[in-house]
Amino acid sequence: MSQPDVLALREYLGPELKGRTISDARHVISLTDILGHSCLIGRYRELSGRSVMLATSGQLQSALAMIELDGIARRMLLCPPDLDPDHIEALLADAEIDAIVTDRPLHRCDDGAYLVVGAGLPERPGAGWKTERATEWLMLTSGTSGPPKIVGHTLDGLAGAIIADGAARYQNATWATFYDIRRYGGLQIFLRAVIGGGSMVLSEPREAIVDHVARLRAGGVTHISGTPSHWRKLLMSSAVADFSPRYVRLSGEIADQAVLDGLARAFPQASIGHAYASTEAGVGFAVNDGREGFPADLIGRNRDGVEMKVVDGSLRIRSHRTARSYVGTGAPQLTDAEGFVDTGDLVELRDERYYFVGRRTGIINIGGLKVHPEEVETVINRHECVRMSRARSRRSPITGAIVVADIVLADGTDAGRHETIRTEILSRCNDALAAYKVPAVIRFVERLDLTAAGKLTRADA
Amino acid sequence: MSVKLRIFSAMQQIAEEQKVTLPQLRDDLALQDTGFDSLAFAILVARLEDDLGIDPFTIAEDAAFPSTVGEFIRAYENVPA
Repeated sequence: MSQPDVLALREYLGPELKGRTISDARHVISLTDILGHSCLIGRYRELSGRSVMLATSGQLQSALAMIELDGIARRMLLCPPDLDPDHIEALLADAEIDAIVTDRPLHRCDDGAYLVVGAGLPERPGAGWKTERATEWLMLTSGTSGPPKIVGHTLDGLAGAIIADGAARYQNATWATFYDIRRYGGLQIFLRAVIGGGSMVLSEPREAIVDHVARLRAGGVTHISGTPSHWRKLLMSSAVADFSPRYVRLSGEIADQAVLDGLARAFPQASIGHAYASTEAGVGFAVNDGREGFPADLIGRNRDGVEMKVVDGSLRIRSHRTARSYVGTGAPQLTDAEGFVDTGDLVELRDERYYFVGRRTGIINIGGLKVHPEEVETVINRHECVRMSRARSRRSPITGAIVVADIVLADGTDAGRHETIRTEILSRCNDALAAYKVPAVIRFVERLDLTAAGKLTRADA
Repeated sequence: MSVKLRIFSAMQQIAEEQKVTLPQLRDDLALQDTGFDSLAFAILVARLEDDLGIDPFTIAEDAAFPSTVGEFIRAYENVPA
């Protein structure tokens, strides 16, 4: 029951492209002859038409299983590494999972209710599978509060921006991302590597940045993507000096001018783009002019079939790249009646350009006046000694809340200069921001943590 | 530095940042005559909490906010450390 009109990942993995690989810190797997092999162990031939949860310890096993099962399974649910075990039972039910692919012992799901198939390296002969169907790709939202929502995509929608860019231009690219490929931002890069005919170097959890960059260089990485927070961390490290990618991409958070300029200085040979995408809305657009924000003429219907509008200050997107729905009983509507996804990202129009000002849910309320932490951080990040900053709310008995800022200074900043720098930052904030937006307290910290999705940790994220 | 001097020093710092001209600080000066608005007081209370380790206005739920500089200082002096 082969469906020639449905494209699955295997269609992009013919033997004609030589030398393609996917690697992590331990293994380098050839993609050239991947279709002749199977990474699955046990009764894997029964996975056809099943709703499969991919719950592997590493990204590599998931990547190989995605390649093997796309077009075969009814559904694939990608489990990111930080998934709370307490949520798994509800996810299994909501996604109607009946098979699990894993390389770990199962504690809660080994009662025979699920077909359990092992995941390993492609060391066994392949099943010779032909694409049978358009597999549903299920991903989890990355919010930190409450159980994650399941978001349903198709490969067609996930790859929309890649095809629109002209996948073939990436044929000699080796991709990397600081993200985990089991989340939307990382999956985009994995798909760019597979569909574009390139190779990929995967990230490793808790790997020191120096070691990661050494692997990126050894793997010949040419195209690399991460959040602005990821990039700020890299720019802080001396490892950046030895690395020279051709294409640098930012997504997942607001790319402010300071980080764009920092990257342009660090990688003078690279083209630098920031993309707007979310698990629900898909890829909206990419901006390659080196400036923060995006041109106002992207609002409306653009040539790639993506339609955007701004309602009540928030960006709304409609395209075939948006997710099809939330999955599960009692799941909320993902789009409005007209098919638009409300991204919750607020924008402001200034001089024919839209600028992101923050998330609707992240607003700090100072005695009734609203502050976006991101607008404060943007001003702070312009100071040449600042590497990263986080503005946040602190409760106040007078105004309900005040803005405070945690700041990471550049390596080697003399501690004796802290007071001067604090005064300079406050003075710049006073010049650029309304008084209630100026941080009441500035704290210099050694580091700021990122979430598993590579975003700055915010209490209200 | 005494609690009083630390409070005065923090007030002068905030007055400079906010471009407020502070009158001579005395115990009987009404807080509303300091030139500080509620935001300036919010900043002051936050910084004093970092400096002195206490926020007397959050600890005591029913505490009336002081009306003079002297009462403000006593709120800090009277909190058991």
